[in-house]
Amino acid sequence: MLTQEEISRYSRHLIMPEVGVEGQEKLKAAKVLLIGTGGLGAPVAMYLAAAGVGTIGLVDFDVVDVSNLQRQVIHGTKDIGKKKIDSAEETMRDINPLIKIVKHEVALTSANALEILKDYDIIADGTDNFPTRFLINDACVMLGKPNVYASIFRFEGQATIFAAEGGPCYRCLYPEPPPPGLVPSCAEGGVLGILPGVVGLLQATEVVKLILGAGEPLIGRLMLYDALAMKFRELKLRKNPECICATGEVKLIDYEQFCGIPKQPEPPPMSAEISPKDVKTLIDAKENFILIDVREPHEFQIGRIPTSTLIPLGDLPKKVAELDPNGNYVLHCKMGGRSAKGCDILRQSGFKNVRNMTGGILAWSDQVDPSVPKY
Amino acid sequence: MAKILIPTPLRQYAEKNNSVDVSGATVGEALANLTTQFPDLRKNLFTDEGKLRSFVNVYVNDEDIRYLQKDATAVADGDTISIVPSIAGGLC
Repeated sequence: MLTQEEISRYSRHLIMPEVGVEGQEKLKAAKVLLIGTGGLGAPVAMYLAAAGVGTIGLVDFDVVDVSNLQRQVIHGTKDIGKKKIDSAEETMRDINPLIKIVKHEVALTSANALEILKDYDIIADGTDNFPTRFLINDACVMLGKPNVYASIFRFEGQATIFAAEGGPCYRCLYPEPPPPGLVPSCAEGGVLGILPGVVGLLQATEVVKLILGAGEPLIGRLMLYDALAMKFRELKLRKNPECICATGEVKLIDYEQFCGIPKQPEPPPMSAEISPKDVKTLIDAKENFILIDVREPHEFQIGRIPTSTLIPLGDLPKKVAELDPNGNYVLHCKMGGRSAKGCDILRQSGFKNVRNMTGGILAWSDQVDPSVPKY
Repeated sequence: MAKILIPTPLRQYAEKNNSVDVSGATVGEALANLTTQFPDLRKNLFTDEGKLRSFVNVYVNDEDIRYLQKDATAVADGDTISIVPSIAGGLC
């Protein structure tokens, strides 16, 4: 039953025959779990709260960073340093105090996933990494709960519903994750701030449609959105008869291992790394070495180390021939990941004296020169 | 000629093109022509054994080639071949 307060609040829903009182009561009774309150989770959480979804669970353990605010509109400048889950709850309560918000301040793991997911009707996956995406998929398949899925990269998004009754799952589409390092993350690849707004609201729309039982749900269809072209394309998704969702062989596993992520990242040999402070010492002492910045030109424009030479990682293999293999090199990028790959490229080409600046230009900004902006 | 749509994460290996027109009577031929033109794409699309990587799907128009004739799926003039890799981003 809707209260008088709810009738006033949801009147624009109630006067639509596709929702009406019955639909609004379904929304009120629904329990939806949002995994991640970042770029995708932010618009989903805000709109589902506004729409009157009665119980919304949030899973996140991160804190709000200034670099989140370009797209994670549920958090504000005042929230920097706060737990995302608390900041999200505050915004949602302000939008709609009539709903119940359940906070799960944990990292989702094989040990806790089934316990957390089992109390919800619908799961919305807004995470940022392959191990968690496979975990959510497998848990949804085991529990028979629909997983409203979206992911984003730069200007492009994907959305669909996995693990709905009779429909395909994430593994039907992608049986295995990419090996680490082959697909760039958003932290390295970037993302248009508006993109998760558009793609997250595709997710929110599908959640509401599933609750209402209205329209054609995005099951068995993969929606691709290209913001630059402003085009939506739709591809068919089929249930793979050999997939573990069809054979019933699904169980929760060690997803970090499955995705090829070592438990403890192997420390590189000491000689392979150099700290930003030591690089500064080399520069000040006018030591004979070449500092190569392997970031992209647009990142170089944001901030650079004055003596550095820009060779984007993608161009490095072609430029190797122009470099002296007997020279002394230090490579850096934003955080140290790409430059480590750059060091490997040079070493494979027979360069002996190659070091990676630990922590990239972010660490340089922290430890040497705060006037270099962090991004 | 068919049009191959290059997804954002792979454009860096295809001289930033978002689509490339290629010839080829089958998907296998079209992809071979594509990777001849852009050799850097090869390791992102295929394993060392020349198999399409399992986190990359290929569609002719809106149909997954795994449910057609895979590499041997015929490609007609004006068809669109989509390369759809898995992307993880969301929270980031």
